[in-house]
Amino acid sequence: MADMVETTASGERSATAQSIRIGFLLAGLAALAVAPLFLYPVFLMKLLCFALFACAFNLLIGYTGLLSFGHAAFFGGAAYFTAHAVKEWHLTPELGILVGVLGAALLGLVIGFFAIRRQGIYFAMITLALAQMFYFFCLQAEFTKGEDGIQGVPRGHFLGLLDLSTSTNMYYFTLAVFLVGLLVIWRFVNSPFGMILKSIRENEQRAVSLGYSVQYYKLGAFVMSAALAGLAGGTKALVFQFATLTDVTWQMSGEVILMTLLGGIGTLIGPVFGAGLVVTLQHYLATSDFPVTIVTGVVFMACVLLFRRGLVGEFYASRLGRRLGFAYRR
Amino acid sequence: MSARGLSMSFGAFSAVRNVDLDVHHARVHALIGPNGAGKTTVFNLLTKFLTPTGGTITFMGTDITRLPPDRVARMGLVRSFQISAVFPHLTVLDNVRVALQRPNGLATQFWRPLSALDSLNERADRLIAAVGLSEARNAMAADLSYGRKRVLEIATTLALDPKVLLLDEPMAGMGGEDVAVVAGIIRNVARDRAVLMVEHNLKVVADICDHVTVLQRGEILAEGDYRTVSEDPRVRAAYMGTEEA
Repeated sequence: MADMVETTASGERSATAQSIRIGFLLAGLAALAVAPLFLYPVFLMKLLCFALFACAFNLLIGYTGLLSFGHAAFFGGAAYFTAHAVKEWHLTPELGILVGVLGAALLGLVIGFFAIRRQGIYFAMITLALAQMFYFFCLQAEFTKGEDGIQGVPRGHFLGLLDLSTSTNMYYFTLAVFLVGLLVIWRFVNSPFGMILKSIRENEQRAVSLGYSVQYYKLGAFVMSAALAGLAGGTKALVFQFATLTDVTWQMSGEVILMTLLGGIGTLIGPVFGAGLVVTLQHYLATSDFPVTIVTGVVFMACVLLFRRGLVGEFYASRLGRRLGFAYRR
Repeated sequence: MSARGLSMSFGAFSAVRNVDLDVHHARVHALIGPNGAGKTTVFNLLTKFLTPTGGTITFMGTDITRLPPDRVARMGLVRSFQISAVFPHLTVLDNVRVALQRPNGLATQFWRPLSALDSLNERADRLIAAVGLSEARNAMAADLSYGRKRVLEIATTLALDPKVLLLDEPMAGMGGEDVAVVAGIIRNVARDRAVLMVEHNLKVVADICDHVTVLQRGEILAEGDYRTVSEDPRVRAAYMGTEEA
């Protein structure tokens, strides 16, 4: 597990390493702040939404060891809930997103309740099956408008004040949502609850013998992951101003696994880079004749064969990464 | 804690047959017997990691035969494992703190920082000192020697302040010095709680155990204090491997 706060070195060296890490953090924030000056804002917003989605997914696989194959249900489901709440109930964007988050959390509670009783491939299959049931529900339900999806979702005014219809405002709103989501994940992982999750992943039997009802802790992590995936999905619905079936398909569940693996499972920031890579490839290959899936497939194979820890995971495990005080342990 | 008519079958094979067992306060009770006698199975049954196919288990007047393992652990019936069970990538301190979190109501807060757990440090340090691991406080559990891992496991088990402590071969694979240390710790903790241990080292059993139950092929062969049991001809036969004669 990689953790930015864990240092092995002592004294001055770790102090230097820490200031370098803070430097990385500030540089990253600065880059995100000025990015819309150089890059197409909608592309950046898409990237941020998927990055948050991947981080939410990583919360489950990286920190509790559960591989969900149905996370699209929470992402796409929340997109529908938010779109419906904003368009039909005329809620403000922040309340609309809240509806999406709560809906996804509720969905997570139901799917998680059935899935956490099993482990490994069975867990993955149950989440897939339930997510497919939800896909069918979305296809048939009245409010999702079937194949058309919910179109023309207004972005509205944040807190009734800030007009989100301009790309710049919407970008900074999305960035704020992304950072809040990341902060929630960081706190969740580095909390007393996170400590118990870590111990369950380390040795589940021992955790049981210490009196922990591990199922409840796993369910808690599952619901939290679903809610954060919902935060990403709800925001995406506002960015693109529509919610469609694409976001609830099983391919979307697969894509988020790909992003997380590419970036580095169990590193807080890895999935951001994984999502960045996949979304960028999709964006720039969309206009070329070359099929995107072949490229992402090859990238994925290269990743599995050459750098199994993912981009960020490999960096943490490298000599430079270790000297900077990053630790990568699985 | 007492068990009556405890039985467990895996398919046609009955691993434990009709075992009666009473574990008393302030007493070290040993469960011994040749390999495959069903000692670990009895352990798993008592701590509910297995559900018995027959018989009842009561703990402080409550029937716990059908309760899940985490429930009985919360009631104060806490076990250790035959293969050392620590959280390898946590420090010694964190291993003990994880055990302390739940009884102190610090297990479910996902919004508080990790520093909230610092309030457990004093108790954790006392437990760590009690088993002689103070200087390894910040070491990763994975880096400890085998004997020290076992000792750490006892410390985490004690963190729950159990009423009954079940130790599955606590001395297995330990060097001579470590054995003496652990024997001392067990003697000490048994002053105000019950201890049931599976042990192969008969010298340890003779030294620290007040009561011995001998199992063979899933059944109780003999019971009593060490001297009585060790002089029992059936037990001698079982240990010499000549019971067929």
